Amino acid sequence: MSSRAATEERTARWHDLRLLLRLLRYLRPYRTAVAASLLLIVAAALIELAGPYLTKIAIDRHIVIGDADGLARIAALYLAALVGAFGVRFAQTYVMHMTGQRVMRDMRRQLFGHLQRLHVGFFDRNPVGRLMTRVTNDVDAINELFTSGLVTVFGDLVSLFGIMGVMLMMNVRLALVTFSVLPLFFIVTYWFRRGARRSFREVRAWLARINAFLQENLSGMSVVQIFRQEERRRREFAAVNRGHADANLRSIFYYAVFYPAIELLAALAIALILVHGGGRILDGVLTLGALVAFIQYTERFWRPISDLSEKFNVLQAAMAASERIFDLLDAPPEVIPPERPIILPRVEGRLSFEGVSFAYRTGVPVLQDIDLAVEPGRSLALVGATGAGKTSIVSLLTRFYDPQSGRVTLDGVDIRELDLAQLRSSLALVLQDVHLVSGTIASNIRLGSPISDERVQAAARAVHAHRFIDSLPGGYDAEVRERGATLSVGQKQLLSFARALAHDPRILVLDEATSSVDTETEALIQDALRVLLRGRTSIVIAHRLSTVQHVDEIVVMHKGRIRERGTHGVLLALRGLYWRLYQLQYKDQEPARPPASSAVTPA
Amino acid sequence: MRELRRLIPYLSRHRAALAWGLLCLLLTVGLSLVTPWILRHAVDDLTAELTRRKLYFYALLLLLAVAVEGVFRFAMRRILIGASREIEYEIANDLFAHMTRLSARFYQANRVGDLMSRATNDLSAVRQVLGPGIMYSANTLATFCGAVTLMSTISVHLLLVALLPLTAVALVVSRLGRVIHDRSEETQAQLSELSALVQENLTGARMVRAFVQEAHEAQRFERENAEYLRRNRRLILLIGGLFPSVQVMMGLSAIAVLWIGGRLVVAGDMTLGQFVAFGSYLMMLVWPTIAVGWVVNIVERGAASMGRIGRILDAPAEIRDEEVDEVPAVKGEIEFRNLSFAYDGHPVLSAIDLHVKAGTTVAIVGPTGSGKSTLVSLIPRIFDAPEGTLFVDGHDIRRIPLATLRGGVGLVPQETFLFSDTVGANVGFAVPHDNRDSVVWASAIAQLERDVREFPERYETLVGERGITLSGGQKQRAALARALAPDPRILILDDALSSVDTHTEEEILAGLRGVMRSRTTLIVSHRVSTVKDADLIVVLREGRVSERGTHDDLILAGGFYADLYRRQRLEQEMEDA
Repeated sequence: MSSRAATEERTARWHDLRLLLRLLRYLRPYRTAVAASLLLIVAAALIELAGPYLTKIAIDRHIVIGDADGLARIAALYLAALVGAFGVRFAQTYVMHMTGQRVMRDMRRQLFGHLQRLHVGFFDRNPVGRLMTRVTNDVDAINELFTSGLVTVFGDLVSLFGIMGVMLMMNVRLALVTFSVLPLFFIVTYWFRRGARRSFREVRAWLARINAFLQENLSGMSVVQIFRQEERRRREFAAVNRGHADANLRSIFYYAVFYPAIELLAALAIALILVHGGGRILDGVLTLGALVAFIQYTERFWRPISDLSEKFNVLQAAMAASERIFDLLDAPPEVIPPERPIILPRVEGRLSFEGVSFAYRTGVPVLQDIDLAVEPGRSLALVGATGAGKTSIVSLLTRFYDPQSGRVTLDGVDIRELDLAQLRSSLALVLQDVHLVSGTIASNIRLGSPISDERVQAAARAVHAHRFIDSLPGGYDAEVRERGATLSVGQKQLLSFARALAHDPRILVLDEATSSVDTETEALIQDALRVLLRGRTSIVIAHRLSTVQHVDEIVVMHKGRIRERGTHGVLLALRGLYWRLYQLQYKDQEPARPPASSAVTPA
Repeated sequence: MRELRRLIPYLSRHRAALAWGLLCLLLTVGLSLVTPWILRHAVDDLTAELTRRKLYFYALLLLLAVAVEGVFRFAMRRILIGASREIEYEIANDLFAHMTRLSARFYQANRVGDLMSRATNDLSAVRQVLGPGIMYSANTLATFCGAVTLMSTISVHLLLVALLPLTAVALVVSRLGRVIHDRSEETQAQLSELSALVQENLTGARMVRAFVQEAHEAQRFERENAEYLRRNRRLILLIGGLFPSVQVMMGLSAIAVLWIGGRLVVAGDMTLGQFVAFGSYLMMLVWPTIAVGWVVNIVERGAASMGRIGRILDAPAEIRDEEVDEVPAVKGEIEFRNLSFAYDGHPVLSAIDLHVKAGTTVAIVGPTGSGKSTLVSLIPRIFDAPEGTLFVDGHDIRRIPLATLRGGVGLVPQETFLFSDTVGANVGFAVPHDNRDSVVWASAIAQLERDVREFPERYETLVGERGITLSGGQKQRAALARALAPDPRILILDDALSSVDTHTEEEILAGLRGVMRSRTTLIVSHRVSTVKDADLIVVLREGRVSERGTHDDLILAGGFYADLYRRQRLEQEMEDA
């Protein structure tokens, strides 16, 4: 090994040790349980040593001598040991597994809590699937370490040394002769574990290939069929399948060799005991019972040795998982609530952006030098092509992100100094994609906030959602299944309006949905919007003509900058960017009154 | 168990291996029974007249027996488990082969994830029956017969007492095993619940923050988290109890032997060697006894899995050759005769009459859901038209051999599906491997050539996750090239250029017109620019032909098509402004 590789290995070990120490900290609240478990496992290991020893006594002191009555006492002792071992084993398993589970619960809780503190941008960068793996699978991998790992290793060591101790106590020379087989046990087991692990990995790799092949070809079966490639695909599948089968056949080899080899070693030990111990009996220095006990102890050697080698893998897997978990826990929240937040006695709803510039990634500015102001109760519409920066404005206002320069204020106070909860509860956000949670209709309107049933219903009525909710089986208690798959787009829109209204915010931020709905629902939505906007400061990312026309000010964004601002009429007269956008985006939506071009006809 | 009957043909194909494997198994068990027998004599001699020579003899005999046994044990495992892997391989091949014959309807009714799980997880459960299932049940049976016989020669009385607790072990393992299985499913279900909650929370990260729901969400999580702990506890109670209670019952047997056997020895009814041998035999029964319960569970699970696999194998291949005429090749004439088509009881197409002469181009337009895709998918028989309604070259489409029909039709479907293979392999999907010319030719017409030249490894560039990510337009052009490569007589473009920009589309269409002059083309599209030069334009509305004619005819008629044309011309003007 080169010196560099050696250094790396040392660093890796040091790193692993630090990980392990950090993991062990999770056991602190349960140190009593852990201590109990350790005691119990020692007790169990010791009690289990009794069996062969009792056999020895039974043979030497009773059977050989012909004392049948003493046997009953031995049998009773044996029974007591048995019942004791049962109780202790059960208690130990239970205590340790429960401790493991509690640690997992704590870890999940911590992870989930941490995820709640992370800012929105984090979720743009990290796929949900991967984060979920952290909370579920990775945590489970660590569980193995606690339940079948550390404590069991300790228990295995105790029983291994216990057996060796009893053997030494009975007869030192015979014990040493028997131990001479132990290194072979270790070598064979090590060989098996390594080989089995390698071939297992190979099998997994082939299985992944089979899965990938099936996934792709079952999804694209119609393409395969249209182009008559069934036969070829069958051949290709057979080839992957063959690889999988062969890898499995190779892995059988290790198992097929391992079990006979272990038996042979055990037989070797017994043969040694027979030859050597038999000789000692002939010499009169060893009792027959001790010989039998030796043979029985030898049969018990193998389990702890095999367990110990297995544990190393568990440890490695747990280390890898804990590294990933700690990485996530160490990810810093980028939007940090102020240490001494200002709490406004009353939110008026005056908003302003002052020289705000923002980029998701450095060097790619999304907003540049934005100045905006909305007086309490007034409305502002943001229009512009996709990528103009409209959504980013909303994200800054809700403090999903913080700007790189300039400031955003609410009632004159920089929102970074405001209490985050107050800021966000004074805003309601209605997004294009309505995010429904599993639960009832009512709980989707209320979310977790303490809002009375009356207010939920009143809100639903005000935005015309009551009628369709009422028609659902169960009404407000109807279950929302599969994130609202059973609801129409329009119904989901109305539901999100009801949600916003029920929370009665001072400021409403609305990203209008672009998807089309039928005309009746469209009319309902427009009317609901009027209700929603009334008396609130509002910022609307507008896609509909009727909304744009009725706001107090329209701001036209282009490539991260504000290009035009004014009312609908003024901007149309300008014949600039707004006019063009207007032609493209809104021309289909006002069939009755073609405003710009007489050539527009209804779809 | 009836489900497992399906395995008989596979097993009988491997009967020689099975017979050899079982023979090895018998020899293994037989030899393993020798060890305690040797011990017995060794111990008896130790109490009587033992010499060192005899001692060496016994030790050597012991090693020899175990060594020979090891050879057979090795062979047994290789042969029996090996056979199970071979059978698994065969079933997987048969399953996949059958799935290649199943029609689009089947794939709409079954999710891919589900099918995959049958081909892997369920198959693996069946393999467990074939491998460990057979091996352990044979082993248990043989060991029991052998050990019990030998034990009965020592003492029938002691045998009966010792067997009692063992019976209980088998019962406990199989009963507890089932309950543990159920409870672990409950635990898994709760884990899914927990995962679903996390997924919902994370995908809704914006909403959670906007409505300040973090604390509420944490509470919700805590509830599910606690429930998960509770269910795990129920599972742990059983798992924690299983192994210790097996140990207790085994221990009871050992006590019985120690006590009753000891008394027999003291009374002189049994030698000490017999006593030791009896104990050893008893130990040999431990594992087979536990295995009984285990095998029962394996077989039950395997039968359920075989049932699920069987449902795929029993699914009929709906679209296949039945009675076919001798049709060597497709020429390109298509005729729909009063064709109506329903999907799951919903009428999709009604009374379609359409005659497409060989070598002409017919365009189909209409609103979303009007049946355009369904209409063209009937031609390569993705779905089957009713008999006597669809004819190609005058033959009812069902009487043309499927291979001939599909060989003559090139379809570019609406949803582009490319394989994660090289660009060249995707384009050349339907032509022989060495036919590079047609790949290049087809790519040139589909305007893919230029893009390919930019790729790092030209046609050898991988598509998809491990290679280059193609744009939507590039994918569609690759799919078009794939359909063109085998030079089909009938080309069908099912809204296949929607992601290609208008300029490139113009070039593609110009190129196509050159090569398709003598071939039939069906174009489904939303774009007037794509269809205006067709020989015939058909408008489908709600499954019926509502307009038909040339571009000029339809503009004059002033219907759906004329509207579409006006709207799109306007859009074009706006874009250019």
